[in-house]
Amino acid sequence: MSAAPYRLPPHPGERIDRDKPVAFSFEGRTYEGLAGDTVASALAAHGVKILSRSFKYRRPRGVLTMAGQDANTLIQLGDAPNVPADTLAIAQGLEVAGQNYSGSLARDWGSWIGHFGRFLPVGFYYKAFFRPKGAWRFWEPVVRGRAGLGRVDVKAHHRYYDKAYAWHDVAVIGGGPAGMAAALEAARAGADVLLVEENPYLGGSLAYARADAEGELALRRLTQLSGAVRGAGVRVMTGAMCQGVFGENWLSVIQGDRMHKVRAKEVVLATGSVEQPAIFRNNDLPGIMQGSAAQRLIRLYGVRPGKRAIVVTANSDGYGVALDLLDAGVEVAALLDLRAAPPSCARSEAARQRGVRVVPRYAPWEGVIGKDGTVSGLRIARVVGHGRCDAPDETIDCDLICMSIGYAPSAQLLHHAGGKAAYDKASATFTIRGVPPHMAVAGSMDGAYEIEAAMTDGRRAGWDAVTRLGKTADEPPMASKGGAGWNHPWPVFPHPEGKDFVDFDEDLQVSDIRNAIAEGYDHIELLKRYSTAGMGPSQGRHTALTLARLAAEATGRDIEIVGATTVRPPVSGEKFGHLAGRGFEPVRLTAMHHRHVELGAQMMPAGLWLRPAYYATPDKRAEAIRAEAAAVREGVGIIDVSTLGGFDVRGPDAAELLNRLYTFNYKNQPVGRARYALMCDQTGAIIDDGVAARFHDQHFYVTATTGGADRVYQSMLWWNAQWRLDVDVTSLTAAYAGVNIAGPRARDALAKLCKDVDLSANAFPYMGVRLGTVAGIPARLLRVGFVGELGYELHVPASQGEALWDALLYAGREFDIRPFGVEAQRLLRMEKGHIIVGQDTDGETHPYMADMGWAIAKKKPFFIGMRAIAAQMQRPLPRKLVGFALTNPLDPVPEECHLVVRDGAIVGRVTSAAYSDSLRRIIGLAFVAPDQTEPGSRFTIKIGEKKLIEAEVVKLPFYDPDGKRQEM
Amino acid sequence: MPFGLLKYGLLPSRRVPRRIPPTPELKPSYDVVIIGGGGHGLAAAYYLATVHGITNVAVLEKGYLAGGNTARNTAIIRSNYLTPEGVRFYDESVRLYQGLSNELGFNILYSERGHLTLAHTDAAVRTMRWRAEVNKHCGVNSELIFPDDIRKLAPSLNLSQDVRYPILAALHHPPGSIARHDAVAWGYAIGAARRGVEIHQQTEVTGLKREGNRIVAVETNRGTVACGKVLQAVAGSSTRLADMAGLRLPIKTVPLQACVSQPLKPFLDPIIVSGSLHVYISQSSRGELVMGGSTDPYPLYSTRSTLEFKETLMAHMLEMFPFLSEVRLLRQWAGMADMTPDFSPVMGETPLDNYYLDAGWGTWGFKATPVCGKRMAETVATGKAPDILHAFRLSRFEEFAQAGERGAASVGH
Repeated sequence: MSAAPYRLPPHPGERIDRDKPVAFSFEGRTYEGLAGDTVASALAAHGVKILSRSFKYRRPRGVLTMAGQDANTLIQLGDAPNVPADTLAIAQGLEVAGQNYSGSLARDWGSWIGHFGRFLPVGFYYKAFFRPKGAWRFWEPVVRGRAGLGRVDVKAHHRYYDKAYAWHDVAVIGGGPAGMAAALEAARAGADVLLVEENPYLGGSLAYARADAEGELALRRLTQLSGAVRGAGVRVMTGAMCQGVFGENWLSVIQGDRMHKVRAKEVVLATGSVEQPAIFRNNDLPGIMQGSAAQRLIRLYGVRPGKRAIVVTANSDGYGVALDLLDAGVEVAALLDLRAAPPSCARSEAARQRGVRVVPRYAPWEGVIGKDGTVSGLRIARVVGHGRCDAPDETIDCDLICMSIGYAPSAQLLHHAGGKAAYDKASATFTIRGVPPHMAVAGSMDGAYEIEAAMTDGRRAGWDAVTRLGKTADEPPMASKGGAGWNHPWPVFPHPEGKDFVDFDEDLQVSDIRNAIAEGYDHIELLKRYSTAGMGPSQGRHTALTLARLAAEATGRDIEIVGATTVRPPVSGEKFGHLAGRGFEPVRLTAMHHRHVELGAQMMPAGLWLRPAYYATPDKRAEAIRAEAAAVREGVGIIDVSTLGGFDVRGPDAAELLNRLYTFNYKNQPVGRARYALMCDQTGAIIDDGVAARFHDQHFYVTATTGGADRVYQSMLWWNAQWRLDVDVTSLTAAYAGVNIAGPRARDALAKLCKDVDLSANAFPYMGVRLGTVAGIPARLLRVGFVGELGYELHVPASQGEALWDALLYAGREFDIRPFGVEAQRLLRMEKGHIIVGQDTDGETHPYMADMGWAIAKKKPFFIGMRAIAAQMQRPLPRKLVGFALTNPLDPVPEECHLVVRDGAIVGRVTSAAYSDSLRRIIGLAFVAPDQTEPGSRFTIKIGEKKLIEAEVVKLPFYDPDGKRQEM
Repeated sequence: MPFGLLKYGLLPSRRVPRRIPPTPELKPSYDVVIIGGGGHGLAAAYYLATVHGITNVAVLEKGYLAGGNTARNTAIIRSNYLTPEGVRFYDESVRLYQGLSNELGFNILYSERGHLTLAHTDAAVRTMRWRAEVNKHCGVNSELIFPDDIRKLAPSLNLSQDVRYPILAALHHPPGSIARHDAVAWGYAIGAARRGVEIHQQTEVTGLKREGNRIVAVETNRGTVACGKVLQAVAGSSTRLADMAGLRLPIKTVPLQACVSQPLKPFLDPIIVSGSLHVYISQSSRGELVMGGSTDPYPLYSTRSTLEFKETLMAHMLEMFPFLSEVRLLRQWAGMADMTPDFSPVMGETPLDNYYLDAGWGTWGFKATPVCGKRMAETVATGKAPDILHAFRLSRFEEFAQAGERGAASVGH
């Protein structure tokens, strides 16, 4: 570790803490910076200029903007790729490295490719690598390996991020002179104002730019404005990046580990502008940067950006840069002014007085590459016309070139909101042409470049916002705007040898753009897509203007209508973690969940719920399922059915609503009875099933499948709203816990707990429903039978679910009661021939196809899907669901969705299949061709690639065909 | 170094010939007017010219070439569908794609990566097996595989069972590929233009002139042209254009959003889809992660972006790839998806005598570009849709003969 040779003495306005040294490492070497430094500024203080390697040619790259706006300074921070070194604050022990190189950052053996640039024209990959056929298979990995920037570490852990919400009258984005003035104006009028600034401090350009010859004005204004803002009750967020404006002023603002989602009644955009590069050969060398980048290094971080500088400018800000360089002890070897006759201003006069060699009408022609790959000089040439120069006539040694030739508005957020910008010849840059409602723009993005003008413009925007909010305030004056003289219309000096970069991210040269246009990709969007200009991490900030100029020139179209490409969110690279936040993946547990876990159940997801699949370790799965099924068939079992949907439908039209939603008839359903409930969609396809229990003339309790409950509930509400029936629907899904107790001893077990309901077969028959108490818990008792045995579904308040479960297990001990899981239930119901919607049906299965015509009431006027079913029944059924058994007991159990085939064609598929202990054979349900449905018909199931097995259609149900067991 | 680049680099002037011609003046009439200059319309024009020798064709594009959904999709190509008709159709597309760079003389960067559709529930496992069985039966390479094999193909995927939705299995479809979507359209455009097809950019259809049962002229912002036959290929605007022809389509249009990360060194080869988590992701040859999720929940003719889309997408993405939390999103955008009730397209004849439909492409249009272009060209040239398109006819909806592909849609809708 050594002292930082480029660190300047302390000066007012710097953002570093001289008393707090911070050690970090870059490329394995340790450096000392100061608290407040960014990685790039701390490295610059040590004279380190190369930070990364470029995308295509692997050219060394360094600081361009010092504002986190470019890909040049993207570095690898541990497992985090593509981190902007010019905004990343250093911290003790931080370890960072360059990106996209082989060997070392200083000597990248992959940089040979830069010498072959002439063979890699724009879109080169479209033109080659595919002959002979299959060649791309070889080339693609080569291209892929070279592409990309940083690396991800697949072992890294997900870091902590979260989200917050805020509501404000006015959100001002950008804490420069215009933004602060706008916030102040709005706050003084009584509005609740949020001011968002991406840097860790307020000020914007006031913090680093030189507006006057003395270099004092900006800092003075900064002190005044920031003090006033803080005093006016504005909520100030610094280090906060507004990444997007979505519909109705919905802003995403990222600060630290948090994404703030902000709804603002009014938004003022004061996001400033981006200084643009000059285009000349080797304009990408480390050591060549925006004038504002050099000023940021000097004023914010106390770093001398070089020893001997050349300033390339076309406006008075460039002279300010020269003055700042002089103040920082940098020798200014020359100041090239692209203009033929630069007008005089205070700063230019001061620069001349301090002996700066001003060279008007001269352009940078070629950067000279030094031994270490950074800039070592500049060849300059006299401008003779639009982008044309004489032969270069002088080479000036330097280690720093500062470009200050003009600006483009940072209008990304405006574009997100639907605003427009277009090229304006008078100011020679993009200007704002359309501002969306409830939005205002101010400051340099609005063409108000001077400090006072920006402040006036900001006040005006703040006043606009509060006026629209209905507040009254004195109307401030209009700012003088219009950027004539700030932006050079053609800072583009193409070189016959190329490497005159238009897009640094993508290594695109002037000839690439011109060739793309020549090939016919002449619409600005096509040009972007074909050349990839503006598609890199800087999203065209430094490219769009040149692209428009080159496109207009090459096509002969008016630059004002050539336009710019669409700008999309986010404004800058946005971490996935910020967007994800803490994530929210709710899991629903039934009231008995912990009992299942204690009993050793394997839990399986079912919609948002977890349900017990079976009660054993996975290695004992098969035995457990058989034992659970046997318990139900021979004794008694209980299963947690709390996850079923449950809906109370109450009101005079309760039966009418069900009649329209489900296929059966519910109007003539007696109180105290349940009916099967089958729901179809408008195409007639089965979408859910359950039972409808009538407890009162005007009260039904309807169940639905676990996975379908939410959809059924939505459907009930939606249709009820459409039909305006006199009925209310309440979801009790989570409010009730449910247990099905089933098996020949179910009545005996239940009788021990239920004294107020006569459980005898006559008094409480199959499909009866009762209200009563079980183990002292108020319960809805439904005598229904999914598994085909005597059984009762008991629905109790969820708070009592665990108590009910415990009481049932206790009461059933003498009958060897056993809990059973979803797997055993699936087997048992299949033996009984009951379908599972979604497993034994699909999106095109109507009831007749599922052999459930019995579930359709033939005489009612309407139910959802009725017309569609009728239309389909005009033609023969394409397939039908049947029960089957394998004819050869040695054949394997078919898997669900193995195909039923005939003569090479698919005629159906297996939907359920298993070995049944009760029946001692392999049984299942399958869709078969319509002429294969008679019991005894044989059909073929295809198992695996080739194997065919035979099955025989069996009349359903397989088990207890007369229903004696469930009705006992 | 490939010969093509060598040749180019050694050209003395290094000046390239124009490949996409400028928009010409509209002629008074064309044998065929194709409305929509996206991948589908351009492919149809290409095959009309190359296979059927019909070159008096105008392709009308309201914006810039292939700037609609062709420019906005996530460029996934696969044929692991659910219905035999769907599998057969998309399989033909995959085969055409495999030879397309050489057919067009334009590298579409076709990259066979393998495609994994993850199953997080036993219901999803069932659907995956169904698709695998149907695919294999139709000669398409798909297999249901389980975590040990998934790990070999996508070692970075989080296969822990201690997550909210553990991965139980996956449908592995080795032919699954990605390509450069724009290049497909440009290649077709160049090939069609070379054979005399006119491509009219910035030419918006404003009306269709109907006489009897025929469309006799197409009105545009640049004038009216008479037409022998008309092919509509305007994904995202299908209902609005069909309305001009007096046709009502069973389509609702919903936005479909997508996004891309900053470029990264390669770490992910296969294309990975999770229907349950509403996520799909692939890594392009540029190194960007290309990602999408489910369609937006309501119909809208707009390509605006939303914050909610990427929040949900990323929450789920990080379940699957927890290490991506520090990776940065570069750009998000939206396209418009023409959703049909059965998640299959609508292609072929219409009740009008000379008006042909290429619509209903929901979220599955890009992968069908070559086959749809080729078969729609055949339909237009012969006046009759070939058998392979029969299942996708418009009249299937009134016949309730749907081509149900909901189960094969990559993500929720």
